[in-house]
Amino acid sequence: MTDKHRPPPSPGFDTLTLHAGQSPDPTTGARAVPIYQSASFVFPDTDFAAGLFNIERAGHVYSRLSNPTNAVLEERMAALENGVGSIVTASGQAAMHLAIVTLVSAGDHIVSSRSLYGGTHNLLEYTLKRFGIETTFVDPRDTAAFGAAIQPNTKLIFGEILGNPGLEVLPIPALAELAHSHDLPLLVDATFATPYLCQPIEHGADLVMHSATKFLSGHGVVIGGVLVDGGTFDYEASGKFPTMTDPYDGFHDLVFAEEFGPQAFITRARKEGIRDFGACMAPMTAFQILQGIETLPLRMQKHVSNTELLVAFLAAHEMVESISYPGMEEHPDYKLAQSLLPKGAGAVFSFVIKGGRAAGRLFIERLELFSHLANIGDAKSLVIHPASTTHHRMDAKALAAAGVAEGMVRISVGLEDPVDLTADLKQAFRAVKKGIGL
Amino acid sequence: MRTSIGGKSAFFGTGSRSLTPGNRTILFVHGAGFDHSVWVMPARYFARHGFNVIAADLPAHGRSEGPGLDSVEAMADWLAALVIQEGLGPLAAVGHSMGSLVVGALAKQHPQLVDKIVLLGASAPMAVGPPLLEAALDDHPAAFAMANTWSHSTKGRLGSAQNPGLSNFVSGERWLERMTPSTYHADLKACNDFQLSWDKLQVKALIIAGTEDKMTPLRAGMSLAASLTNGQTVILQGSGHAMLSEQPNEVLDALAEFINV
Repeated sequence: MTDKHRPPPSPGFDTLTLHAGQSPDPTTGARAVPIYQSASFVFPDTDFAAGLFNIERAGHVYSRLSNPTNAVLEERMAALENGVGSIVTASGQAAMHLAIVTLVSAGDHIVSSRSLYGGTHNLLEYTLKRFGIETTFVDPRDTAAFGAAIQPNTKLIFGEILGNPGLEVLPIPALAELAHSHDLPLLVDATFATPYLCQPIEHGADLVMHSATKFLSGHGVVIGGVLVDGGTFDYEASGKFPTMTDPYDGFHDLVFAEEFGPQAFITRARKEGIRDFGACMAPMTAFQILQGIETLPLRMQKHVSNTELLVAFLAAHEMVESISYPGMEEHPDYKLAQSLLPKGAGAVFSFVIKGGRAAGRLFIERLELFSHLANIGDAKSLVIHPASTTHHRMDAKALAAAGVAEGMVRISVGLEDPVDLTADLKQAFRAVKKGIGL
Repeated sequence: MRTSIGGKSAFFGTGSRSLTPGNRTILFVHGAGFDHSVWVMPARYFARHGFNVIAADLPAHGRSEGPGLDSVEAMADWLAALVIQEGLGPLAAVGHSMGSLVVGALAKQHPQLVDKIVLLGASAPMAVGPPLLEAALDDHPAAFAMANTWSHSTKGRLGSAQNPGLSNFVSGERWLERMTPSTYHADLKACNDFQLSWDKLQVKALIIAGTEDKMTPLRAGMSLAASLTNGQTVILQGSGHAMLSEQPNEVLDALAEFINV
């Protein structure tokens, strides 16, 4: 951008994490976001009520549809992801489901990365198939394979920004170009990165979803999800999305693309998906996630710096067979990670311990500071054995296709003193060495 | 609803309801770089209350075919042709920003069609700053960022939207990004060039002005209101220029009262 046409400054990311979507409560002066623990909201008169139901007025009706506390989180996430709006949901899975069902119907098709969270794989491979939605899974590094898998009934391209658990970096700009050349939107699960490390919409994605349970919250005390609409995809020009361009008889023949312009998708998702499937977030949950987001930049910096120290330690350790972290120069996606995630390649990595499944199991059991559980993105460091937990429904072939070795250990690095984390890893390695005689 | 004006495809929203001959009509005119969809909430409100709604896409905006029109006067004539073709009027004409100038021009050039006007985010003259004009002329994306930033109050830029879950600030930029910079420049230049003897208008007028409006500051809106023979004002405390998204409920209340729903 030349100096000749310099845009005026916008609020910075750190400022948005604290202020976006909220101003002090006008009635009480409360500075923190109040928890509006109310199922429903009073209408001043019948015409106002009719206006709320008919999308003539702004406001809240019933907390499944919207809630003032949730709305702060939604607007904050939209601002952080540079989207036109967002909807918070009961879980990340609910956000994923909401994204799909807003665009995809029975008889349609999805092309997805095959390196996915196990729950997402289940949804796409098994559950949606029961409802007539098929998915083709491809190598996330192979953009041409995404293109080859596109069918006339394909409605969505999907991938995780950092594959789970292989940590392949999704080539978002190339996939966005491919998707748009086929008049399709690109949905990215950006849970592992958070908008602090990468804003997929800035790189061409149209929709972004998160499990807000993870780094966004940071405290590991709630389950929640977020679906963000970039407002960038022109559904009318595409011509492939009747849910956006045809009259919707579930809302008096409303045509969302006609009436809401760049806000068409997120409006349909609220007026249909949240209304009818009902996987809404509790206001208390939204409040707790907001507490996490207020410190997101500081936490992510520490998560990344701790991760880089642990990765360096493990890479030099005699009992480590291989390690996968896109922040390492040896990682095949290092250059892409530097481009898409310049502030760090996240705080989750995996490694394969020498000695296979038995060594991996013993290693995890001997760790004392790391918590053995099925989650990532907590302030505390976490560890898991994917083959027997998050990916346990996959057969050997599917495990191999997803890049999951039987001895793979996945670590989500927390905010502890890195000296203590390294010491814990060292003692667990010693125990494994002694236990299985390596 | 699709139609044709001068052999070119044209579109106008109706608030999702059919037009009914004999019903009162309200015309909504968008600002520079926008389209009919910014009026979605008032359009749906007035349609539900029995009005024929015409929320027009000016040529080269939204769903209406180009080329764009290079003067406010031409835009007013184009709208008059649309209204006459649909067999509607006299009507209440409501415009935001550039649309407010078009509404004024419509009242002057086609007084038989207009019985009330509402000017939101208005000033006369509507001078456009050289940095914005030059960036738009150079086809530079900073033009959209400038216009969007200056259209929002500080509170509006940070958020706290009345509409749950929407970022008005990001949405404003996305709306503008749907426009070609050359058309946007033509809109801005049309605003900059437009002159009207507002004191000659006899039509009943309402000015809706925001106290935090940086594009058409409150004092400019009040000055315009003072020059009108038959004008009144509603001041929106804390609102920026993007009042349709920052304070949609207050805008709707002001419109409903003035138009006498």
